[in-house]
Amino acid sequence: MNDRITMQVARYLPEGDAELSYQEYEVPYPREWVVLDGLNYIKDRLDGSLSYRWSCRMGICGSCGMTVNGEPKLTCATFLADYAPGPVRIEPLQNFPVIRDLVVDTGDFMRKLTSVKPWLIREEEKPLSEGEHLQTPAELDQYKQYSMCINCMLCCAACPVYGLDSEFVGPAAIALAQRYNLDGRDQGSKLRLDVLSDHEGIWGCTFVGECSKVCPENVDPAGAIQRYKLTAAMDSLKSFLMPWRGS
Amino acid sequence: MYTNYHPRWHRKPMSTYWWLERRSYLAFILREVSSVFIAWLVVFLMLLVRAVGRGDASYQQFLDWSARPLLVVLNIVSLSFVVFHAITWFNLAPKAMVVYVRQRPVPGHLIAASNYLAWAVASGLVAWLVLGG
Repeated sequence: MNDRITMQVARYLPEGDAELSYQEYEVPYPREWVVLDGLNYIKDRLDGSLSYRWSCRMGICGSCGMTVNGEPKLTCATFLADYAPGPVRIEPLQNFPVIRDLVVDTGDFMRKLTSVKPWLIREEEKPLSEGEHLQTPAELDQYKQYSMCINCMLCCAACPVYGLDSEFVGPAAIALAQRYNLDGRDQGSKLRLDVLSDHEGIWGCTFVGECSKVCPENVDPAGAIQRYKLTAAMDSLKSFLMPWRGS
Repeated sequence: MYTNYHPRWHRKPMSTYWWLERRSYLAFILREVSSVFIAWLVVFLMLLVRAVGRGDASYQQFLDWSARPLLVVLNIVSLSFVVFHAITWFNLAPKAMVVYVRQRPVPGHLIAASNYLAWAVASGLVAWLVLGG
């Protein structure tokens, strides 16, 4: 019985390589093994020099996103057996610079996330003595979906605009901004408007829709962006028709 | 904002043919290209209106011109692109429209269905005007 699968793993050594190369490893693939198990097997038994990111191995931390046979995937949630008889090709996430082997630089992504001010903003804090901000389940439902993002960057790897336009803020950041804009406790949507309604914000999105398809948490960034386009368009229409109300 | 230059990091430039790499990318590009054919149909409609405005002879000349094989093929291709655009767009409509009825979100397929219904009603109205009116 052939109980091994070939993994073609992208290698890149910054000290010498000009291009990615591929190294093949034969790994076992029991039914419960995910791609990350295969990489860990390589690291532990076959080649300790292989570099990749991982942490929780249960779809929470968002560290182990890689390109598996051309598709952005969380390697902890992608079963090797689904790719039998192989080979299965593992590459770093697309649209990000590769530091080494399967490790990409996340700096650009992190800077764009913080640019949308992803935290609760209050115009005036109410005193503690007045108690907590209560929310109904319906109010929670408005933004809950967008709060499930684990920052795995798969959406940005699947988005051709993110790859073509280096300034585009990206699906993850916009979905995260909507998570706060739609939160009844937040009052900072006007502060986020500048970044979001910019040409490199929502209007950079051409609605390819791949971000939502690859999202492992069903956040639906494409939906968040289209909803915000509607909000921004209505906002500018209102400020045009009723300039006295301010933008 | 983009990651600063780092001499040792590998950057893979996107291929000019990135839109051939995945079926969904190709479908997206075809939807974008459809705008060219929609523009052509608008021009065609305006030419028709102008011909009608200039009288019977001009209208007949327009009809003869539009019966040319090349133009018929162009219009068939344009129509298929318009239909493709409409279908893919209506299927995406639930992403942009989140409608609440009695504090409950309306399911996506109902929003898409309402778009199709509006399309059918508008088409029926046009057909009634052209054929029966």
